[in-house]
Amino acid sequence: MSKTLFDKVWDAHVVRKIEDGPDVLFIDRHLIHEVTSPVAFLGLKSRGTRVLYPNRTFATADHNTPTIHQDQPVADPLSANQLHMLEENSKEYGISHWGLGHQKNGIVHVVGPEYGITQPGATIVCGDSHTSTHGAFGAIAFGIGTSEVEMVLATQCIMQPKPKKMRININGKLGKAVTPKDVALFIISQLTTSGATGYFVEYAGDVFENMTMEGRMTVCNLSIEMGARGGMIAPDETTINYVKGREFSPKGEAWDKALAYYKTLKTDEGAVFDKELTFDGSTIEPMITYGTNPGMGMGISHNIPDAEQVEGGVATYEKSLGYMGFHEGDAMIGKPVDFVFVGSCTNGRIEDFRAFTSLVKGKHKADNVTAWLVPGSHIVEAQIKEEGLLDILNEAGFELRQPGCSACLAMNDDKVPAGKYAVSTSNRNFEGRQGPGARTMLASPLVAAAAAVTGVVTDPRTLIEELV
Amino acid sequence: MDHGLWTNKNMAYDKFNILTSTAVPLPIENVDTDQIIPARFLKATERVGFGDNLFRDWRYNADNTPKSDFVLNDPTYSGKILVGGKNFGSGSSREHAAWSVYDYGFRCVVSSFFADIFRGNCLNVGVLPVQISPEFLEKIFAAIYADPKTELEVNLEAQTITLLSTGEKESFDINGYKKNNLLNGFDDIDYLQSIKGEIEEFAKQLPL
Repeated sequence: MSKTLFDKVWDAHVVRKIEDGPDVLFIDRHLIHEVTSPVAFLGLKSRGTRVLYPNRTFATADHNTPTIHQDQPVADPLSANQLHMLEENSKEYGISHWGLGHQKNGIVHVVGPEYGITQPGATIVCGDSHTSTHGAFGAIAFGIGTSEVEMVLATQCIMQPKPKKMRININGKLGKAVTPKDVALFIISQLTTSGATGYFVEYAGDVFENMTMEGRMTVCNLSIEMGARGGMIAPDETTINYVKGREFSPKGEAWDKALAYYKTLKTDEGAVFDKELTFDGSTIEPMITYGTNPGMGMGISHNIPDAEQVEGGVATYEKSLGYMGFHEGDAMIGKPVDFVFVGSCTNGRIEDFRAFTSLVKGKHKADNVTAWLVPGSHIVEAQIKEEGLLDILNEAGFELRQPGCSACLAMNDDKVPAGKYAVSTSNRNFEGRQGPGARTMLASPLVAAAAAVTGVVTDPRTLIEELV
Repeated sequence: MDHGLWTNKNMAYDKFNILTSTAVPLPIENVDTDQIIPARFLKATERVGFGDNLFRDWRYNADNTPKSDFVLNDPTYSGKILVGGKNFGSGSSREHAAWSVYDYGFRCVVSSFFADIFRGNCLNVGVLPVQISPEFLEKIFAAIYADPKTELEVNLEAQTITLLSTGEKESFDINGYKKNNLLNGFDDIDYLQSIKGEIEEFAKQLPL
């Protein structure tokens, strides 16, 4: 029988099906961080349970960590306590721990793939909704709650009803300055913030096939923002070339065996999806959001739609625009920008910094803009330096901070002040996400760069005539 | 708000059967988990006190004074049932959102649509998510606004929700396994630990 990629991976991990209940799903790789794990460990302690497979769980600190002076003690006592708890719990239960200051420390969804923890055909979970990132490798990867973190620690399984399947096909040549982030924001704007709830998405078509792994991770990362539990892309040569030789990737005979498995990981001809959507890649523009959920996005040259043109209640729409200080019919081009944030598990990889740097090269940061450039990991940080990007950035008036989640969710000191506008390469423009009262416009690293050098929302296509 | 119950084996939360209560209306769509509990309140290492920060930034001004126009600060409305707009609980997987709802005193959230992870988290911590039709949701909002003393009856065994003032009712879905857990106060780890041998055998044949 024809099977989808999703079916193949899911079915290979079902320990037991419960009648009128969820499947018991075996989890190959479990990533944990300081914020959603402490209560799970408390639960283990109170049950007197050990961690069943400590070598399948990996800990890194990212949500709470400062992005400057990482060599010094963390000033906030609550953050410091969470970081300490992660270290203590990891030590007690025999889990690898890449804490602050460790060379492998970084954003969980950046370091997982970098070290080969992420593998095609694996099941991967983490107490973080952007775990969907790892689907870029043809893995089933999704975010879980803390009760489920405890389940995985104790039994390496979670209990989940099998989601429905959706395929999103996009073919065609992407336009100038249209990046994977724009493709994702475009899809979400078409489906709305809840349009894929209940589904697991497979992305197919030459637009995704032509993307690097970094680009695919950006797309899969944002799957959750349309409600999908996760998104995945069938592994190909690009995937295998990325995975091969990484520290935790299979080696020798195990690699040959893994490779044979990876090659089976594609949707069979004739396999049926519960829902299938197709878009034309050539129609996608550089995108920006204007509201308070990621579905409220549009081509950057457009005007903010009227309430009647969008799905959902008028009161909710008006509340959202009111929070942003925007009005129906406003152009986004020219809107004021106070902060620019480049980073996060969505756009904190080397390709994102290359894109940002390519646009700001030879220009200068606008005086009214505070820019936070935060690499996703020490590997990304080192690459930025090795490739000479840092020198270009410094010359243009930008500085690089140290790895972490940073202003994406503003748990550390990187908070956008109330009422201020940020163009952010992160994943959520929810009210207060980047600090209480902060107003977020989500966009690609190129749109962020255009805002950073002009001080207002600017179409990057007007600044990069030479780029195609 | 019995914090002591949380980590007791076989009894992670109060059992749920029939809940009859007035309800608090929040007719906003796409209520995300960053609104339910903002990230800056996720720094605790124990599951206590989250109810104080439920809807923190909608509920309090920057100087911590209550915002009088937010429904949780309006003494007209109270109860153990929160009625929210479509797509309730979107965004972050933080279980703290479900803990906050529970810790504040809600045992049930009613909406016409729930985000997946939030729904699952609720079920795991003893909050019953009840999904109903958009039409019935509108009726419930209208009934609460017409009379804030209006009561809803949520019957888990029968899988029904009834607007007691008019007798109108709808049934709701929940799988039999989760229903049994909630009725008895069981949790998934108890179940998974009971099949540990099967899990260990399964692990031996995995490709990765």
